[in-house]
Parts: sequence; structure tokens; C-alpha cells
Amino acid sequence: MSTAEATVALPPGFAPAAEGSREAEAYFLNMGPQHPSTHGVLRLVVRLDGETVLGVVPHPGYIHRGIEKMGENMTVLQYLHLTDRMDYLSALFNSHSVCLAVEQALGLGVPERAEYIRVIMSELQRIASHMLWWGVFGMDLGAITTFFYGFRDHEFISQLFEQVCGARLTLNYFRPGGVAQDVPADFVPQVKKIIAQTRRSLDEFDRLLTQNVIIQERTRGIGVLPPERALSYGCSGAVLRASGVSFDIRKHNPYSLYDRFDFEVPLGKNGDCFDRYEVRLREMAQSVRILEQAVTQFPAAGPWRAKEPAHYKLPAGAWFHWVEAARGAFGTFLVADGGAKPVRIKNRSPGFSNLSVLDELARGAKLADLVTILSTLDIVVPDIDR
Amino acid sequence: MIASLHSPLATELAARYPATHPVGDWVRAHLSPFGAFTVNALLALALTTVFVSLTALFLVWMERKVCARFQLRLGPNRVGPFGLLQTLADGAKLFLKESFMPREADFFVYHLAPLIPITSSFMVFCVLPFDHHIQIADPQGGLIYLAAFLGMGVFGVLLAGWASNNKYSLLGGMRSGAQMIAYEISYVLCLLLIVLASGSASTRDIVLAQHGTVLNWWLFKLPGCGALGFLIFLISSTAELHRAPFDIAEAESELTGGFHTEYSGMGFSMFFLSEYSNLFVAAGLGTTLFLGGFLAPQFGLGPLDRALDLVPGFAWFLLKVYGLIYLYMWLRWTFPRLRVDQLMALEWKFLLPLALGNLAIAAVLVTLGWLLP
Amino acid sequence: MKTPVSERPCCHFFRAIASAAKSLVTGLGITGRYLAHPREVVTAEYPDNRDGLKFAPRYRGPVTMPHDAAGEHRCTACGLCEKACPNGTLSVLPQRNCADKRVLGKLVYRLGQCTFCGLCVEACPFDALAMSHEYELASDDKAQFERVLNRKEGR
Repeated sequence: MSTAEATVALPPGFAPAAEGSREAEAYFLNMGPQHPSTHGVLRLVVRLDGETVLGVVPHPGYIHRGIEKMGENMTVLQYLHLTDRMDYLSALFNSHSVCLAVEQALGLGVPERAEYIRVIMSELQRIASHMLWWGVFGMDLGAITTFFYGFRDHEFISQLFEQVCGARLTLNYFRPGGVAQDVPADFVPQVKKIIAQTRRSLDEFDRLLTQNVIIQERTRGIGVLPPERALSYGCSGAVLRASGVSFDIRKHNPYSLYDRFDFEVPLGKNGDCFDRYEVRLREMAQSVRILEQAVTQFPAAGPWRAKEPAHYKLPAGAWFHWVEAARGAFGTFLVADGGAKPVRIKNRSPGFSNLSVLDELARGAKLADLVTILSTLDIVVPDIDR
Repeated sequence: MIASLHSPLATELAARYPATHPVGDWVRAHLSPFGAFTVNALLALALTTVFVSLTALFLVWMERKVCARFQLRLGPNRVGPFGLLQTLADGAKLFLKESFMPREADFFVYHLAPLIPITSSFMVFCVLPFDHHIQIADPQGGLIYLAAFLGMGVFGVLLAGWASNNKYSLLGGMRSGAQMIAYEISYVLCLLLIVLASGSASTRDIVLAQHGTVLNWWLFKLPGCGALGFLIFLISSTAELHRAPFDIAEAESELTGGFHTEYSGMGFSMFFLSEYSNLFVAAGLGTTLFLGGFLAPQFGLGPLDRALDLVPGFAWFLLKVYGLIYLYMWLRWTFPRLRVDQLMALEWKFLLPLALGNLAIAAVLVTLGWLLP
Repeated sequence: MKTPVSERPCCHFFRAIASAAKSLVTGLGITGRYLAHPREVVTAEYPDNRDGLKFAPRYRGPVTMPHDAAGEHRCTACGLCEKACPNGTLSVLPQRNCADKRVLGKLVYRLGQCTFCGLCVEACPFDALAMSHEYELASDDKAQFERVLNRKEGR
């Protein structure tokens, strides 16, 4: 077989194997776009030698909706509701980054109460997102029961979101200059209840899964991501921090009120799957810490939204702002020419960069490890495709 | 212990637990030997079919209900009281579904494969002693027969994986082949442990050898070895059953459906049926070998013992079996799955040496007679 | 049930097995506790509990137009909601009434296009729109997805 023929027969992204090498005997397995553990409609083409992974090429694009292009045809206020549909598990972070960019552009200030509402809601969202991830992680490793425990605890937060925002997933709550509506009267006691519940759940998560010997054996030393590789791929969030790189936008480039709170940035040592797992669990504990402080400092009354401009006509220029979303750094780049609609909106999503390391991490691992690695990268496919 | 088949104890037990069933006796009394054999065989076949089907239906319902409760759910509750008829409805749906075969799949093997596990499971039912007089056959080499037919189940899975012409199926089939062959060894070593202890390979004799108090069950009577053997049996039978944490053959999150990815309709339901009848068989075997089978638990307390003895043997058998099944379910719905190489390492580096050592120690114990009274 | 690591010293090996067994038993304890506590069940028997379902007051269902006791709505056909909508879900079709005043003819709402973002309700200066708590929206009748929100035309 000549090289040219081989290139045609190979799925895109794979180089032909050297004649007589092990790879020449390998076969391809198409995982997805409909596969239980690709979390949505991600397609992975895996080159396998028996059970051992020789290479992975992810094929995103199955849920591309052109959200950024749509953003060029609407006002930023209208664009906000589309951001909820990118990383739907951390909808608030997406809209927060857009709001921050718009506030930068308009020079709009945010009332203190609104900032507290934003912080509390964001941290709740982070906990909710990580809890759901925890449940799905267990399911990817075969412990289906964890899925329901994760979802149960996610549900408490969803119910609060429903009371505050009117929706459970596509919240559409943050607005440039504040939030859409004031929080209901029993917001603070509800958050306190969730704090207590989360503490209990975290303890249960630890006993059920973290300490479990099968989990330990399946995750320790699997998918090791060295810090320099993580940085060169542009990873962020728990994936980067598990490799030992301390990078948390809340801490190192504080926005909103995050410089007022006392919290740590959990770091991993080895950058393996277990570290990524543990960093997320510890992040939930830190979010609870932030919530506790925010709830005690929460202003009893005050405006929840700055005086709105009559129209959101952005001045000519370009702005960028990013936030620490549940999955990493989520940024919004905004270019305007003075019209009501932005000329260009670009979102930097953490999932895309985090997915890029998959091939490097999964090489030489088993097929089951590929699922573990993909799960600990914690991707949300609509966030990658946008 | 039954040192010899003709010892006074064996004779006494045989008198107390007669092997013949009144119905069988009645048929034998009224028909020619050949006719009686035919009628009894057909009766047994009909009974097994009905029992296996009902058991599988019930077990599917039970699994769904139990796992739902572990998972903070209600489980099936729409069809019939407590959702009891749910499995029947699902079965009817599967029956009516198109039986799909992928192109390029091997027609003969593809359709043969689902029948093998269910056949082997039926065959094993023949030697399970449900009660002293409810057992279809009691060959002297009962456990050898049993091991042979349990081993046959792997062919179904392997052939299904091979014939489906699907890479997921193939991976699942190969995983399952490696897994079942590996775990069969420690499984059979556990059987051997009991054969060694009771001096017989007949399932009925094994149960009768555990006659006496609870401490006479092989679980306790072989000090240490029995409990360890039971643990090994539990682990390796879970692996044989492809149940979590050893469900790598169907590993839903990796291989979508594993070996039965391409099966639908009746092909799938045959696999499903055999999975649950095998679950019953494994639990029945564990009960027979380690938990005194159909014998009522006796605690050496006169009135209580007599009261417990009034309950018929098959009730005790089913009670113990369902207790074990419940344990299997508990394990399944708690633990994550092992990876394929870890699974192999667990068997070859850990369970197999442990089972061999256990067998050796048990042999010494039996020879020296160091058993509990 | 522990994958042995032969490099480890012997006592470490047994300790590892013990801690592994303990971790497994702990897990069994947690799931077992839930099995024994039916009150922890979180799912509901949905179609049966329709009457008892509670919605947050802010729940964003399909857009409706509240009418007062006299059957009048507050819409002035200004068209702000139509402009605020990101998806073209709403169409304000105005009319001229007898006094040659611009009034609402029809407010067409396309449910199939709506993302329930609530921007129309926010944009309305007269509170003429609201989000209902309707939740069973599936239908096999396409006409269900195109609604006229006002009850009568003109004013």
C-alpha cells in the first residue's frame, strides 16, 4: 500500500503509521457523536492497539450554532441569553464575562448589592456545576449511583436559581450594570441552607468515591499533564491547577468583589486524573467558604442594577474581560464601532483548550482510561462548538 | 461429614431427607419405566422453564426497584402493583421489536450466540437442589457438570462479540472472554474446596454434609478457609456474571453496550434473561456450597430449631438465595468499574494465589480433622 | 479486593488491603443507608402530582398578556417587545382605531421560536406582558405554537 493510498483511507487527523510498526496493525474506533461518555455530541476517533490508545482526534462541531456570529446581529443585551447556551452548566459565568466587557466599554459601575448577588450566584453555580460533574464522573467510571447523588445536590441549587432567575439552566440573570431582578426576600437563609447541605454532601462524596480504592487505582497516575504542557495548550481551570500551576482569575486578576474574600486556590501535585478530581472537590469547599463570607457581608438593601443607559450603543473600540468559570477561564472579546450591535464578539471557552490535551494525555492509556481522562477534563460540548 | 456414602449418618440423612418426590413416585408407580422417565423429564422441563422465566422477570423488577432505592428513586411503579408487571410489559415490547442484524454480520453465529448463555443457565438449574426432593438430577459429579456448563456461557458472549461485526462488540466479547476464563479458575477452586471438605461432588450430598447447626455450614465449619472461600466465590462469581464492579464486558460508558451492542428484540432479551437466571444460579450455588442449601438454620436451641425446621426447605433455599442476590445488587450499585488490566491483575496476582493457598490449608485442615464440631 | 503492588513491603501490602476493604465497606454503608431510608427518595411521581407542583413566582414559561376583569389589556402596540426579542418570536401587528389612533391589532407569539429569556417582559414599559407558568408545552398540533396573545383586536 503506498503512502498516498493510506492517507486517503485514514480518518482526518491521523498520520500513516510507519511500515511494520505496531501502529500499522492498529484499528480505528469511532466514539461518538452518540456515545454515553462523550458528554453530548463530541466525536472522538481513536486509534487503538487492542485496548491501548495510540492516538485520539476529537472532532467537535456537531453542535455548532454560530452563537458568536449571531451576536453580531443583536444587541449585547440580546446576546446575553445566548451565552447561557454555551456552557449551559455555568451559564452565569458566561454572561458575567459579557457583562464585564460591556461595563468596561460603557464605563458602567455596578452597585455593591448587585456585586454580592453576582458573587453568591456565581459560586453557587460553580458548586452546582462541580456537583453535576462529580456525578457524571462516577458514572463514567461505572458507579451509576453517584450520578443521582450529584444530581440531587445540584437540584437544591437549581431550585434556588428558579426562585431567583425564573429558570433552572438558561438563567439569563446578569445584566450590564447589575442583575435583572433583585433577589427574593428569603435569599440569604436559602443560601445558608445550601451551604450546610453542600458541606454534608462533600463529606459524603469523599467517603463514597474519593477514598474508594477502585477510584484511586483508576485515576492515580492516569493522564498525567505536566505543567509546561498544560500552559502551552492554554489549559485553565481545574485542569491547569491540578498540574500545580496556580492560576485563578478570581485570585490573580480579581474582578467583581473577589479581592474582598479569603479563599485558597487548590492545587494538585502530579496533574493526573486524581488531582483533577480532588482539585474540583476542594474548589467546592473553597466556594462554600466564599459563600459564607459573602452571605455575612450581604447588604440588606440597595440597588441591584446601575441606572441603565437608554440604549446599549457601544463606543468604538475593543474590550476583553474574562472570568474564572467552573471549567476555567471564560473570556469575552468585544469589538464595536459605535453602533447598537457589536461588530465582533468572540468568546474564549475553557473547554476547547482543555479538550486539546486529550490526545497527549490518552496516548498509551487504556480505552477505559480515555473515558476517565475525558471525564476529568470536564468538557461541555456546546461550550467548545458555540 | 459424609465419610462414606454407606455410613450410618448418610443412611439416616437419606431417610430424613428422601430424594424422591411424591409426584415423581406417583408417575413411576403408574407408568412403564420408560414412560415414567419421559413424563418426569417433561414435567421437570416445564417446571424449569416456568421457574426460570418467572425468576428472571422478578429479578429484573427487583434489580430495578433495589437500584432505584439506592439511587433515591422510586423505580418502576406504573405497570401493575408496585410496577411488578413492568418487566412483562418490557418483555412484550422486546418480543415485538424488529430483530436487527448488522450487514456483514455472521448470520448463523449472530443468531446462535444469544441462545448459548440461556441454555447453559437452564442446564445448571438441573443440579441445583431446591429442596431435598426438588432437584431434577443429582449426578455424582454434579459440580463438575455445573462447572462445565457455567464455562459454556462464555461462548455466547464471545461469539456475540465476534459475530456482530462491531468494534465495540468485539472489544466487549474479547474482554469478557479473558475475564471469564480468568475468574473461572478461582471459581472452580472454590467448588473444589467444598468438594474436598464434603467428600462429594453431588450438590445434594454437599448440602446434607452441612447438616446440623449453622456452624456446620461450610462458611463457618472450615475455620477461616470457608469464609475466605466464600469471599473469593463472591468476587469471582460477580465477575462471571459480568456485574459491576466487573462489568467490563458491557461497560456502558466505554463500550456503549459491549457484546450486545448490536442485539435488539429477542436476541437482546435472551442475553438479558440469561444474565438474571445466571444471577439466580450463582446465588443458588453460593447457598448450596456455603450456606447450607435447603437446610433450615439451626442454632442448637430446641424449640426455636423445631420451629425453623417447620418451614419447608425450598423456602429456606429461596430466602438464602435472595439474600445473596441482594448482596450482589448492593455491590453493583455502589462500586465503580475496574479497568481491564486491573481486573486481570486482581485475578492472577491476588485471587488465584489466595484461592490456591486457601485450598491447600483447607486440605490440611480436613486431613487433620480440625473442623468445627 | 485490592490490586496488589508487588513492590510494596509486606506489611504495607496488608495494610493497603485493609484500607481498601475499609473504603469499599464505607461506600456500601452510604448506599445501604439510602436503601434503608425511603424518605430520602427525591423523585416525584410526575403526572400524578400535577396539582401539587409549585413554581417559583418568577418561573419563565410562555409569554402571555394579562387581561383585566373587563377583558382589557395594557398593550399600546409600541413594539418595544418585538425589538427586544432576540429571535423574532413576537410580532406586533398594529391597527388604526376609529379615532385613527395606533392600537394593537394582534400580538403574534411564536412559541416554537421562544427561548423564554424574558427580555420582552423586561422591555415592556406598561407591564402588558408576563411569563406564565405553563409547562406542558409539547404538542403535535403546529397551530399550538403560534398564538395571538390579545383576546380582542383594536380597543
